[in-house]
Amino acid sequence: MNVTQNTEAQRMSFWEKLYLPAIVQGLGVTLRQMFRPKFTRQYPEERWEPLGSYRGSPVLVLDEDGERCVACGLCSRVCPALAIEVQAAETEREKERYPVKFEINMLRCIYCGYCEEVCPEEAIVMSKDYELVFEDRESAILGKEQLLVPIEKLQDRLEFLRRYK
Amino acid sequence: MPVITIDGRHIEVPAGKTIIEAAYENGMQIPHFCWHPALSVAGNCRMCLVEVGMPKRRPDGSIEVDKDGQPVIAFFPKLQIACATPVADGMVVHTKSERAVWAQEAVMEFLLINHPLDCPICDEAGQCKLQEYAFRHSRGVSRFTEEKVHKPKRIIWGPTIVFDAERCILCSRCIRFADEVAKQPVLTFVERNDHVTIELYPGTEFDNPYSMNVIELCPVGALTSRDFRFQARVWEMSFTDSICPGCARGCNIRIGVRNNEILRLEPRRNLRVNQYWMCDEGRLTQYGFVNYNRVDGPWLRRVGTEKPESVSWEEAYEAVAAALRRYKPTEIAIVGSGRLTNEDAYALVRFARMVLKTPHIDFPRREDPYFEDDLLRCRDRNPNTTGVLEIGLKPGAGGTSLSELPQKVRYGAIRVLYVVEEDLASVSPELRQALEEAEVVIVHATNHNETTKRAHIVLAATTYAELEGTYTNIRRYVQLLRPAIATRERERYMGMQMSRWDKFGAWNDRWTHGPRRNCRQTWQHLKEIARILGTSWKWHRSEDVFRELAQEVPSFSGMTYELLEAYQGVALGRGLAPEPVPTMQYESHVLKP
Repeated sequence: MNVTQNTEAQRMSFWEKLYLPAIVQGLGVTLRQMFRPKFTRQYPEERWEPLGSYRGSPVLVLDEDGERCVACGLCSRVCPALAIEVQAAETEREKERYPVKFEINMLRCIYCGYCEEVCPEEAIVMSKDYELVFEDRESAILGKEQLLVPIEKLQDRLEFLRRYK
Repeated sequence: MPVITIDGRHIEVPAGKTIIEAAYENGMQIPHFCWHPALSVAGNCRMCLVEVGMPKRRPDGSIEVDKDGQPVIAFFPKLQIACATPVADGMVVHTKSERAVWAQEAVMEFLLINHPLDCPICDEAGQCKLQEYAFRHSRGVSRFTEEKVHKPKRIIWGPTIVFDAERCILCSRCIRFADEVAKQPVLTFVERNDHVTIELYPGTEFDNPYSMNVIELCPVGALTSRDFRFQARVWEMSFTDSICPGCARGCNIRIGVRNNEILRLEPRRNLRVNQYWMCDEGRLTQYGFVNYNRVDGPWLRRVGTEKPESVSWEEAYEAVAAALRRYKPTEIAIVGSGRLTNEDAYALVRFARMVLKTPHIDFPRREDPYFEDDLLRCRDRNPNTTGVLEIGLKPGAGGTSLSELPQKVRYGAIRVLYVVEEDLASVSPELRQALEEAEVVIVHATNHNETTKRAHIVLAATTYAELEGTYTNIRRYVQLLRPAIATRERERYMGMQMSRWDKFGAWNDRWTHGPRRNCRQTWQHLKEIARILGTSWKWHRSEDVFRELAQEVPSFSGMTYELLEAYQGVALGRGLAPEPVPTMQYESHVLKP
């Protein structure tokens, strides 16, 4: 049934029907914003530094004794997206086990942080790295040499974990 | 028989059994570390403490009853260990009462005091008895703040075993195994108090042929395999029930597979065949040939060319059929193998009798008197000699046996050799010569070897880990094998054991790229060749072959795969009335799904 009574057009007053006041009002909002502080960033030149709580790409911690990872495989087990593959081998160090292969498929990773949460050695942590660009599928699978990051660069995250984990 | 009550359940138990035996034979569980049904009772872990009571008796010997007519139970003032307390009529046992649980939790707390937090690097993690009980029977927190006792790690016990003294919880299972089963008493406890550890006697090595059984026996990760150490976490593997093909004993095994590659074999309980054990030789030598040096796809050597050429299955079958057609039936000799499954042996015998109509069929015996011992290892190194003979893989009337074969080939009476899954060239120099002299050599082979070098046509065959079939062991038990690894044609299907990685891996994941070999089971080859030669068999899977075999061969009658699985193997001739499965269903600690 067609609605003929109490339509939008009937409810509007004369000034509203004119549109002009509304346009002026809108232009006023724009004008006011022009004089407020800017939030946009000139991204590639101007960079954003995330806080310690930020979950960027997962990396392996490299401390003064070398890599912390003992290749227990828990990160690989807990990973809901099956992004992590670990192959262990024996070493002469005190902790007998080390990862001879540690690969994270960044196409599979969903940045949930479970690997970091489950890690008994605090060896895998979420870094601040959010620039994940790859040219092909193969280069998106990161090996150990790309994943190992010196502990100095991860202090914010380790501090965050100490406080809130 | 005495009737006892465990946790409110009345069970009848033969006199002389202990409480823990009674429980496990009736499907109940009591936490324990040192007790094992195949070993003597040590009673030193104290984990199986339970509350035990007997009916109260009056001075005249009659049983006191309460006002409901129920006997009054007088509980022993102290808790008893279930592994060393024999049952008595009227006995009442509480395994989950407040006092029992309190004691079990206390024992767990003691064991965990000096146990290192090694789980991330320990191979046992995931199938560890201590881990399991830490969840089930422990308080979950540690009150111990002092320094843990440190003991030596990575002690080499022998060619197969590495010992970690810190992880050891001193259950003495390995010591008792060495004394009682392996009969190599070289292990003992040394030191006292919390410094107790296990050592070898000076100048000895733990190197008996059954040494690796202590790895499964060990409730923690103190004993690890040098062969497997750190290869994979247990939960990354799939475990498929199978049979060891190393000798005629047919030990029941589990095949641990990751990424379509066998990483380890471990024994599986079968009280009628191998109890809980298997030999090191079987464990260490029976998986390498599945992983390496495999024949991949059929190939043939064309006339005038030296280089073998890879061809399609159809082409290869056509070539085999053409070669067989060219000769008279009596000029063809078939050499089978004691490694064939019953299904394949049946298909081969039918192929010889009904398709080729040749009486020349035999297989080489592989006997090794030095391998034999009085526990498990057999002189006969073929896993299925009994079954193959039962099915009739032997020379027919006027047929040539294997010993006469080289001579017949030399004089041109036999011109075609059809070798099925056997490395004939390595059996004897005469047979090697015969392979050179025969006009056509057709081989079904799993691995590249001396025979395939001399072959004209090679058809890739499945190993025991890729096929579905049955072996008949030396004690005449027919036992079932399930496929553990995928082939090109048989991807992992419903019902095949799969790990999480097998289930969810995609084509672009690197962990799914384990090699899939292009191979088929021998009966499938024979079916295709027979079809080209004019005989069609309606088999689609091994089970169809076995069903036909059970109808044709009287001693197999009544057997089905379900029956073999349910009864853990059925003796020949007992298909219609299989022996009941032993009541003891004990599994010490395995990976829980």
